[in-house]
Amino acid sequence: MTLMAEMGQRAFNLGIPIAVHMDVTYRCNERCVHCYLDHDDHGEMTTAEITGVLDQLAEAGVFFLTFSGGEVFMRRDFFEILEYARRLMFNVKIKTNAVMIHEEEARRIRELGVDTVQISVYSHRAEVHDAITKLPHSFDRTVKSIRFLKNQGLKVTIANVLMTSNSADHAGVQQLAADLGVNYTLDPTITPMMDGDTSVLSLRIPGEELPEIFHNPALVGNQEDFCAPPKPPSDQDLEGYSCSAGHSFCYISPYGDVFPCVQFPLPTGNIRQQKFLDIWNHSPQMNEVRSIKAKDLTVCSSCSHVSSCSRCPGLAFMEGSMRGPSSADCEKSFYRTGVPTANMLRQGLTKPRSTSGGIPLVQIRPVAVSA
Amino acid sequence: MPENYIYIARSSAIAARALAGEMMVMNSADSTFFTLNEVATAIFQAADGRTPLREIVRDCVCEQFDVDPEQAQADAEQFVAELSGHGILLVSDRPLSNEVPR
Repeated sequence: MTLMAEMGQRAFNLGIPIAVHMDVTYRCNERCVHCYLDHDDHGEMTTAEITGVLDQLAEAGVFFLTFSGGEVFMRRDFFEILEYARRLMFNVKIKTNAVMIHEEEARRIRELGVDTVQISVYSHRAEVHDAITKLPHSFDRTVKSIRFLKNQGLKVTIANVLMTSNSADHAGVQQLAADLGVNYTLDPTITPMMDGDTSVLSLRIPGEELPEIFHNPALVGNQEDFCAPPKPPSDQDLEGYSCSAGHSFCYISPYGDVFPCVQFPLPTGNIRQQKFLDIWNHSPQMNEVRSIKAKDLTVCSSCSHVSSCSRCPGLAFMEGSMRGPSSADCEKSFYRTGVPTANMLRQGLTKPRSTSGGIPLVQIRPVAVSA
Repeated sequence: MPENYIYIARSSAIAARALAGEMMVMNSADSTFFTLNEVATAIFQAADGRTPLREIVRDCVCEQFDVDPEQAQADAEQFVAELSGHGILLVSDRPLSNEVPR
């Protein structure tokens, strides 16, 4: 285990939020076809509110801080926020489409000691990328900005979300990343909209196409390990937890709502009404999330994949129960290994039901938060 | 350089946070990640660029930990040299403005 992983595990065991993802705005200059956000401003936190939150996060022990959106540079005060965060000595990562980053912005990002800039690129073909972002010339502008950032010596990662319209382009984007001298990461997950609307799921890559991705060593590393049949779960596996959501990680929206994860729309409190640590330590919702062990999962506890599945409790929550299965992850486990999941077997399925839309989702409602 | 003229300041490229009594320090320039023990943390936190290292050792180490002053000074100089080599601390023979990004 690396030293960093060791510290992450220590934070997990102690219940310290070592990492936080904060969206500073939902406004965006792109209109990506798969985006799960409402881009109107419904009352974003002010600069002073955000810096106040940052003070609280530093006090709570947060080390890794991701700023995202929306597009972070839609906020005119973003550099002010960034500078404040760096004065508090957070390790900062920025997720952006980079369209608004020019030489001057790239220089400022480097001067402020930002750790990594992650940039969404959907295709190596401008027409495909621009058709997804719906912003003309966005591909050219984004690639130009990546060069500005690289010229400053910054670490840049291209994030390649795959969907039906660009599923054939991952090799081209990977090559583009190599040509630009930046890292590459791929994500085939399309998330339902935060209001529960599932229409964007029709953009998900059909499950039948996943094996091509999962058996590609250029994308998954050691393909033999990655696609190996699951090992029988041990007692220790069943005493384990799904992920760091609510244990050592959480998400804060531009409106101050605190969630266990960016992909887990269970409101646990609002930072405009409560102190961050009050929500983190005492929210009943947060405590429920962190109480769930693998052995408590209604279907997955008896699944042979339980110790190796990427099961997302947030996606499971959106399907109806945070203790239930996440069909998208069942699909991935099956197409990765060829071994049916318990969720498939109980439904008598020999292959997963498509998760490209049509799954009934719970209606997401805010919880009452005491002042 | 005579040790009583050593001034130390934290680099603008680093991130740091205490976790359960240990200070995590990461240099974004080369992704090096360290943890500092209690004594090293005391020196790191006092690295304001204005206080000579000898005063830091006297006030933040010898007064708070049961250590031999000469040994503490020697250990501190070695620690400072090591972190300086990794770009975590800046070292000078005259006061530095602390490298907080602006």
